[in-house]
Order: sequence, then structure tokens, then C-alpha cells
Amino acid sequence: MMDATASDGHRFSQLDHLESEAMFIIREIVAENESPGLLFSGGKDSIVMLHLAAKAFAPASLPFPVVHIDTGHNFDEVLLFRDRVVEALGVRLIVGSVPEAIEEGFVREEPSGSRNRIQTPVLLRTAEQHGLTALMGGARRDEEKARAKERVFSFRDEFGQWDPKNQRPELWSLYNGRIHAGESIRCFPLSNWTELDIWEYIAREGIEVPSIYYAHEREVFQRNGMYFAVNRHCLPRDGEHTFTETVRYRTVGDATLTAAVLSQARTAADVAAEVAASRITERGATRGDDKVSEAAMEDRKKEGYF
Amino acid sequence: MDILRFATAGSVDDGKSTLIGRLLYDSKSIFTDQLDAVERTSAQRGDDYTDLALLTDGLRAEREQGITIDVAYRYFSTPRRKFIIADTPGHIQYTRNMVTGASTADLAIILIDARKGLLEQSRRHATIVSLLRVPHVVLAINKMDLVDWSQDVYEEISATFVEFAAKLDFADVTTLPISALTGDNVVTRSAHMDWYQGPALMHHLEHVYIASDRNLVDVRFPVQYVIRPQNGRGDFRGFAGQLVSGMMRPGDDVIVLPSGLPSRIKTIQTSAGEVDEAFPPMSITVRLEDEVDVSRGDMISRPANQPEPTQDIDAMVCWMDAAPMRVGGKYAIKHTTRTARALVKDIAYELDINTLHRELSPGSLGLNSIGRVTLRTTQPLLVDPYRRNRQTGSFILIDEATNRTVGAGVITEN
Repeated sequence: MMDATASDGHRFSQLDHLESEAMFIIREIVAENESPGLLFSGGKDSIVMLHLAAKAFAPASLPFPVVHIDTGHNFDEVLLFRDRVVEALGVRLIVGSVPEAIEEGFVREEPSGSRNRIQTPVLLRTAEQHGLTALMGGARRDEEKARAKERVFSFRDEFGQWDPKNQRPELWSLYNGRIHAGESIRCFPLSNWTELDIWEYIAREGIEVPSIYYAHEREVFQRNGMYFAVNRHCLPRDGEHTFTETVRYRTVGDATLTAAVLSQARTAADVAAEVAASRITERGATRGDDKVSEAAMEDRKKEGYF
Repeated sequence: MDILRFATAGSVDDGKSTLIGRLLYDSKSIFTDQLDAVERTSAQRGDDYTDLALLTDGLRAEREQGITIDVAYRYFSTPRRKFIIADTPGHIQYTRNMVTGASTADLAIILIDARKGLLEQSRRHATIVSLLRVPHVVLAINKMDLVDWSQDVYEEISATFVEFAAKLDFADVTTLPISALTGDNVVTRSAHMDWYQGPALMHHLEHVYIASDRNLVDVRFPVQYVIRPQNGRGDFRGFAGQLVSGMMRPGDDVIVLPSGLPSRIKTIQTSAGEVDEAFPPMSITVRLEDEVDVSRGDMISRPANQPEPTQDIDAMVCWMDAAPMRVGGKYAIKHTTRTARALVKDIAYELDINTLHRELSPGSLGLNSIGRVTLRTTQPLLVDPYRRNRQTGSFILIDEATNRTVGAGVITEN
């Protein structure tokens, strides 16, 4: 609900602002780009993106496909959720499969087992195969400091690469989405949202998210001070003993390296309250992949990562 | 809770990073893992203090060179407001980044080192903030601890600024004596300057009244996208976009520009369904009573209050590309949701943004220069003066060969 009426001086909350801005950006990339797609992981940010996109084009259906880069390292709950949402909205789903790409020798499994890096070539190939010249994503600037510098319309060259020193100035709400053949745009309508905004919006709108975002009991073990779930992708090593804890996930990325946090939050409003009180970022709390180096994200983005 | 977007202008020497670090730290918006990372990097470099600039300098090149190259966006909230900081570099070679940061700001903080007074770069920052018509300005006179909290020093700098600002165009200027390092008057009132009766900076940021900055008078609705469902709702034809100014209600008489066709609003749909009234900056979908021809780039307005359709644009342009703008040059121009082509007819003068001196007929504008130009466009644009409307008064220029955004313009009154 919008908390705006004529009598209260046309108040527009921060969520109203962010929602309106995101709808504007989504419409803008769709108007300016011939063949956009929306990256959907089943995570909370991409769920909010899909919700906003549906609003932006209502009562028409979404004028673009949804793209999932499937690492094969998914939480089961998230995949089931993806299929249900896609069916309910009646949108076209394109899946780029990392396991298939490994099997055919297009990419090679890394010794660490992490598929974070090798999903980039799969993403680029999937976009190319389907002729997608713009990809919308739910990345936020508060997530990571390289992202804090990235434009809302982020230009990528014919190799999908981001050049942080050569970004197009972005003024007012005048986005420049022009490209030559082979080039593309990554578009980030949630740039100005924070993790807290996302949860407050999920609570306000009553948006459904995968159950693992809420507190539940799970068999876990500890590694590097983080709680990892025991599943087929992620097994305890020698000396790591398992136990049952009440946890939830702050992010739902690669199941091999996404950790859970201790939590009692069972609703979106509970999660928002917990996030507001948290003193650690979601990536710092739960991602093994960004700790590798100070510039890990910047380096991956230069290769074409989201 | 609403949003305040503010830009900070100043360089590392002025204490800008320290100020932002303090705002974030004192509002508990720096996370422990971020602080750990910064402390680790500072220690590796052998610094004997924690360099809070590392929090905002996100790119490898910035960390290596110890400079801020690009605008960084930072977020924090207090119980009253959400804040978006556009942290912009202050040196002259980054004028375009400052212009970028200021373009969306509700408020700009101009930082001044109390020991140095109003320097050339402070004048430049003030000029840009004025040109971009940032509605609220805070002149933060920093490092008061290093001038013994002297009221005389503060008053003298304030007076010099007021004198300089008289040549510019500010609606609202607030002056504050602060010390970002010690935190005096940043989040809490200073105990060292009882001669200062005003609020601390954070209090000002939380309370400055911005709702009235919106223009609720001039109805300007640039059509962004035409929604025509294929799924069995063939009669539906909605015009989607963001209402940039004015109020719209079902039943209002409207005019579609540039065609000039009249109609009436049938319904207005927002994210929350149909509404009786829309106001800026809502993203809405408007349906009209009549089957009029409307497409992206058109504007819906009111018969008695319309923007001016014109192919001749007078503007102040900030040039952002290494290849200079020249008289006779042709560019793509994007104004609201309309894109046309523009020919540079004349460059009347280049403004020296340090001194406000005008160099007449320079022939070209180089990177980071600001000048007064006249453009001729291939199609009429539906414009208002920038001082009346930031959205319908601004445009960007795009090089059609490289697709780079090369210039930003604010439309002046003829």
C-alpha cells in the first residue's frame, strides 16, 4: 500500500521512492533495448525485481524472458520456488546450465569446487545464444564497494567486460543505453536499495520468498566461523562435527559456499528488525567468495560477472 | 520515513572522507566486517591510523593511488530518514563527476578548511551546486578544532562566502562550524562553541524540509512506454511513465505534445492500483478517454500550462569527454524520454568556474569545461527552464559514433 493521500501532504516514503525509481528504470531499459532479459536466481533481490517488473507492465505480461544461470549448486527450496513463480507469472524461462557446460567442456570445474567464476562464461554464452542485449539484475550498491561505483545502466563491451575507469556519466534520470552490435547493458534498478529496504518492501508487499530465508532448524557445521548446512553440495570435513541449529539465510547463492546465520526471525518484519540491528554486511556474514581479495568483486565484474 | 539525497563536495584535504566516515560511523552504518577490511588494508600499507577513505574508494586504482576518481554512492539511515550520499571528488579534473553527483541531490555539503578559508576550489564547488540548482546548500566550515574554535574565523569565512554567493543563485544556505575529526557539531552539538546556536549537521540533514522542493504546479508527464496487453485485454492502452511535476487526476483535461491533441484522463494506475490523484515522483500508467496517437517521447500536459516546444535550445553545458565539443558538431540529445539529434550552433562563452569570468566565443569546450551553448534539434523538445523544472530542463548529449555520454546541459531562459 502506498501511504500517500491528499490529506497528508503527499507523503512519499523511502520505499515509495525506491519503488517508483525502479519501475522507471525497468521501463527505460525495456523501451531503449531491443532484447532485454531479467536475471533471476530465486534470491530475494531478484524476486523483488520480478515483482517490480510485473507492476511496471501491468496489466500486460512481462515483455522479456527471465534468465537463470544454474550453477547446479542450488538449494532445492530455491529451484522449486523459481519454477512456481515463473509459472504463476507466465513468463518465458531461459536456463543456462553450468553442469552441462562443464560436461561439454565449455568450462572446467575449479579445484575449489566453487562455480562462482565459471558461471560468467556460461552467463555470457546464454545471453549470446538468446540474443539478449541487456540483462537486468537485482544487484545493490550497498552490497560491495565495487558495486557502489557502478552505473545503473552499466555498459559492457563485446566480451561482457566492465571497465570501471571508462563508465558513462549518469545524470538526473537520463540513462544512456546505446550500444553497438555485440555490446550489451547490465541494468541495476535496485542500485539505491539496501538490504533493509528489500526486507521492509517484502514485508509491506507481502511478497513470498523461499522458506530458507526464514528461521528454521537445520543440520549445520562450523567452518571459518560461519554456519554451513549439510547438503549434497556441502559436507563436513574431518574434524567438523554437525549439530542442529535454528538458522536462516541472508543470501541464497551457491550452496557450497553460502553460510547461514543464527536467527529466530520467522516473518519478513522479523528479518527487517534483525537486519536493522545487524553489525555485519550480508556478504561478510555469509559469502566465502568475496573474501579472497580486496578487489575480488571488481575483478570478477571485469570478466563479465554480474 | 523519506529519502534525502545529498552530495559532498570537497577533497581529502578538506576532511571529506573523515566527515562521511563519521556520519556513517556515528549513525552505526559502518559494518564491523567493512571496518575490519579497512583496518587490515591500512595496516598492510603501514598507515598508523585507520583511513576511512578506504570505505568509499571502491576501485583498485583508487586504493592504489589514494584518490577518489568516481562518484561513490553510500547509504545510511536514521530513524527519521534514509540518506543517499553521492560522494564526489573535489579536484578540477573531476568537475564532471561533481556535476553528476549534484544532478540528483536535494542538498549539497560544501566543505571548507577553516585554516584556509574560501579557496578557489570552494568557489568552484559553489558554482557547480548553483548551476545544478541543488535546492539546499550546507557550508560546513571544518577543522574548527585547529583554529581554537574561533568565532571570528567562522564569521569571516561565512561573510566571504555570502559575498561570493550573491553572484550565484542559492535558495537556501545553512552555515555550520564543525570538526569532522573530533565530531563536534557533526552528530552531536559541540561543547567547544557555545557561541554557535544552530543545530548539528546530522540534525539539519534529518530535518531540512524537502517536500516543498517538488513542483506540484506544472503538469509534465513524459510518456516512457505504451502498455498494450496481448493477453486478451485488447482495449487497454496505457501510457506509462514517471510524473515529473504537477498533479494529475482522472477527469482532468490534458493535451498531448507535441501533436497538440486534447483529451481527458480516464484512469491513473500506480503500483498500488487505481488512484484518485497522482503526484511526483510517482511511476504511473495513464489511460485517456480518446483514442489519440501517443508514443514514447511525447508529453502529457495541461492545456493552460504547457512546456515550450522548441528546436532552439539555449543551455549551460558541462563537457564530459576528452574529444572537445565544437561549433558545428552533431550529437544525439536525450531529453526526458525523447531522443533527437542536435547541432551545435554557437558556443557563446566558456565560464571560468573558479572566477566566474566569461571567455567569449571559445569555439570549443574541452573536458570538464562549462559553457553557454546554442543547439538546434531535429525535432521539437518539450522544455522548461531548468530553474523551474529540473527534469524538463535538463538533457544529455551522446556521441553517435562512440555512444558515450559526452555532455550534460541545463536549459536557460531565452
